[in-house]
Amino acid sequence: MPAPIRLRELIRTIRTARTQAEEREMIQKECAAIRSSFREEDNTYRCRNVAKLLYMHMLGYPAHFGQLECLKLIASQKFTDKRIGYLGAMLLLDERQDVHLLMTNCIKNDLNHSTQYVQGLALCTLGCMGSSEMCRDLAGEVEKLLKTSNSYLRKKAALCAVHVIRKVPELMEMFLPATKNLLNEKNHGVLHTSVVLLTEMCERSPDMLAHFRKVSLVPQLVRILKNLIMSGYSPEHDVSGISDPFLQVRILRLLRILGRNDDDSSEAMNDILAQVATNTETSKNVGNAILYETVLTIMDIKSESGLRVLAINILGRFLLNNDKNIRYVALTSLLKTVQTDHNAVQRHRSTIVDCLKDLDVSIKRRAMELSFALVNGNNVRGMMKELLYFLDSCEPEFKADCASGIFLAAEKYAPSKRWHIDTIMRVLTTAGSYVRDDAVPNLIQLITNSVEMHAYTVQRLYKAILGDYSQQPLVQVASWCIGEYGDLLVSGQCEEEEPIQVTEDEVLDILESVLISNMSASVTRGYALTAIMKLSTRFTCTVNRIKKVVSIYGSSIDVELQQRAVEYNALFKKYDHMRPALLERMPVMEKVTTNGPTEIVQTNGETEPAVLETKPPPPGLQPDSQENDLLDLLGESYITPVIPTAPTSKPVSAGGELLDLLGDLNLTGSPVSAPAPQIAQPPFLLDGLSSRPLFNDNAAGIPSITAYNKNGLKIDFTFERSNTNPSVTVITIQASNSTELDMTDFVFQAAVPKTFQLQLLSPSSSVIPAFNSGTITQVIKVLNPQKQQLRMRIKLTYNHKGSAMQDLAEVNNFPPQSWQ
Amino acid sequence: SLFGGSDYKLIYRHYATLYFVFCVDSSESELGILDLIQVTSRGGFCAELPVPCPQVFVETLDKCFENVCELDLIFHMDKVHHILQEVVIGGMVLETNMNEIVAQVEAQSKL
Repeated sequence: MPAPIRLRELIRTIRTARTQAEEREMIQKECAAIRSSFREEDNTYRCRNVAKLLYMHMLGYPAHFGQLECLKLIASQKFTDKRIGYLGAMLLLDERQDVHLLMTNCIKNDLNHSTQYVQGLALCTLGCMGSSEMCRDLAGEVEKLLKTSNSYLRKKAALCAVHVIRKVPELMEMFLPATKNLLNEKNHGVLHTSVVLLTEMCERSPDMLAHFRKVSLVPQLVRILKNLIMSGYSPEHDVSGISDPFLQVRILRLLRILGRNDDDSSEAMNDILAQVATNTETSKNVGNAILYETVLTIMDIKSESGLRVLAINILGRFLLNNDKNIRYVALTSLLKTVQTDHNAVQRHRSTIVDCLKDLDVSIKRRAMELSFALVNGNNVRGMMKELLYFLDSCEPEFKADCASGIFLAAEKYAPSKRWHIDTIMRVLTTAGSYVRDDAVPNLIQLITNSVEMHAYTVQRLYKAILGDYSQQPLVQVASWCIGEYGDLLVSGQCEEEEPIQVTEDEVLDILESVLISNMSASVTRGYALTAIMKLSTRFTCTVNRIKKVVSIYGSSIDVELQQRAVEYNALFKKYDHMRPALLERMPVMEKVTTNGPTEIVQTNGETEPAVLETKPPPPGLQPDSQENDLLDLLGESYITPVIPTAPTSKPVSAGGELLDLLGDLNLTGSPVSAPAPQIAQPPFLLDGLSSRPLFNDNAAGIPSITAYNKNGLKIDFTFERSNTNPSVTVITIQASNSTELDMTDFVFQAAVPKTFQLQLLSPSSSVIPAFNSGTITQVIKVLNPQKQQLRMRIKLTYNHKGSAMQDLAEVNNFPPQSWQ
Repeated sequence: SLFGGSDYKLIYRHYATLYFVFCVDSSESELGILDLIQVTSRGGFCAELPVPCPQVFVETLDKCFENVCELDLIFHMDKVHHILQEVVIGGMVLETNMNEIVAQVEAQSKL
């Protein structure tokens, strides 16, 4: 058998291969040669063969058959053999292979070898890939070596000890005595690794941490650090003019752990931290690395405020650095500290805002988050200007977040209503298509509530969509406003800015183009059609045109539009006398309570007297939920529609078709008490148009639950699942009163998380008689398309014993059959 | 040259045609992949020590190989490993003093 080729030879050969296939061939040939050489138990060339095998392993080819050979090499007496053997062990073996345990004995012997380099090899290997069994067996040896005077071995032993502790945390105490003298070394290598060992111990065990604090580790570390900074130039450890930055950073990190939540330690290190922070040169990256570590330490320990301000100023300086790594790191840290040190960070606001214009995407994102965190009442105007400019020019992935952020900030800090509306308009026009869906109802509510700005708002919105009606949220808001305030538009009443001359026909033109346009989403069309309908009471000369438009859409393919159009048509024909009452102005809405990002409060559309625009809603009653229908026509936004109907005690009119609900309005009661109309109906309830129950009794034994039981008021839920739509759960609530006095004006409200949709039908009455002699029943329909666990928050208000009562509760005990 | 990940960070630097990529992990530091051009090694030192470390490593390589180039790294990969063993153990930095490292490497090659 000819001598196996050398490693260099092999490498050279492989590199001449021109294709992947050629290379594979060469490798296979060589592997075969190596395997037969192994079989022959050839001692001379084993080292060479394993080296070649390692190279091939590096290239990605299987090399497991060399594992045992590595062990044989380790057992050999020659240093070169051992070296390659240990290297092979580290590369090819890990604790998953059973073979590795065979190494234990070899390592043990080598740890006690006379040559320090052999000992070093053994320590290295153990520290890299030692399994927990190996570590247990050999920990004692490592501990011995930790106490040796040979610094070469000591430092390796320290790192090996770290590995042992990681693998077998119980052995930590064993190394404790050895650590006493570790920091007395002069050798930086030993110092460095010792600090690593101490850090590991402190991180893992609070007891160790307490122990080290007691034995005044901190003063020792401070002294070492001081020497490093003060000492003159030391060529051995110098990196770009700073003496052993690695050790400095390590020490700073350990100080951080020691000083966390501990006043005494923190105080002991205040001075040195200030010194490092002020004296370190920042021209090179090395200095910045140290400064960064110092800043992190200052922020983490209980430092005095002057020091913290110093730290934040350093971060501010980082922001001006040319190196984008440093800017990135500074922004990330500032983001973490902005909550606690808000004022200090505010000082750097202008620099942060400048970072919005940075080229790097990660930096822009962090700058944006930080900017939103810094907005407050004083700087909102300036910040908004910058953020709006950012919104204009940023990448699409940011626009949604930025728009939401701007809305939130504007809501919290708007200096005036006009400014708020202007800001919103600006966002809608620049990033209109990225605005989140829930923004539209919020905006509409905001606009409704700013009564004096209606004319201004509708005028601006009109002008905005005149040019371009492709951005859906903008068009939706605009259509709604035009529908509501169209009369202000044509009468030219605007005070805030120059009123424009618009005729009724022009307004209808634009709404019709929205209806016709291919770009309009179905929802938007719904908005537009309803707006046109509303204008029939606001406009005087174009009613016929409106009638025509409405009747055209009576045969629209879109079922939603069709239904609306047909209903509106009916309004013109049969119920013309009701039209003004139905289509009149929205009252000021109650602010939607945003408990959290996902839940909203449903209003129960109950017997609500028709409210004229100027009359505020009667106190104690919830405002009309009529807006819900008109806002959310297909149930896509989070406010799900409510069908407020008259209490079912009123007579149901004849004709169980679409107009049945409207038919309920054909009341014998006084017209004033006619409840608001409900025109839109969510699609999932289309199958139940009459007052017949919508669901087939699929109550195959879904257990009912008591959702609430307090102060004599008990509310039970019974469940039924719809046959036609498996995502619909119908809950019937029964409220009973066990006290001795009636509960009057009872109102039940419910809210569900965003992924659900909720519909409350009208209750049977608003009085719960005492002594459990009667109940109020009400039907809730829940749409749960994602089949998530049902949760509900309920709010109850009623009058009892002469005082108004109110309670909030969460219902979590829904049986699984009700939502699965 | 800094990437943030969930458990680890990648820190890389390139010198002329050589890329040094260090995968840094604060909790678990066992990684090992050797590639021809990209030397990703079991490096696990403090994540905010970006650049000087590879610099030390490269300069050490320089001293050992006399103006190292990538061919040296390819052809003498075992020697590179041995040098690395003097710098890093089990993912932690062992020695940063270049002279010290070089001396030890040379002593061992005499054996």
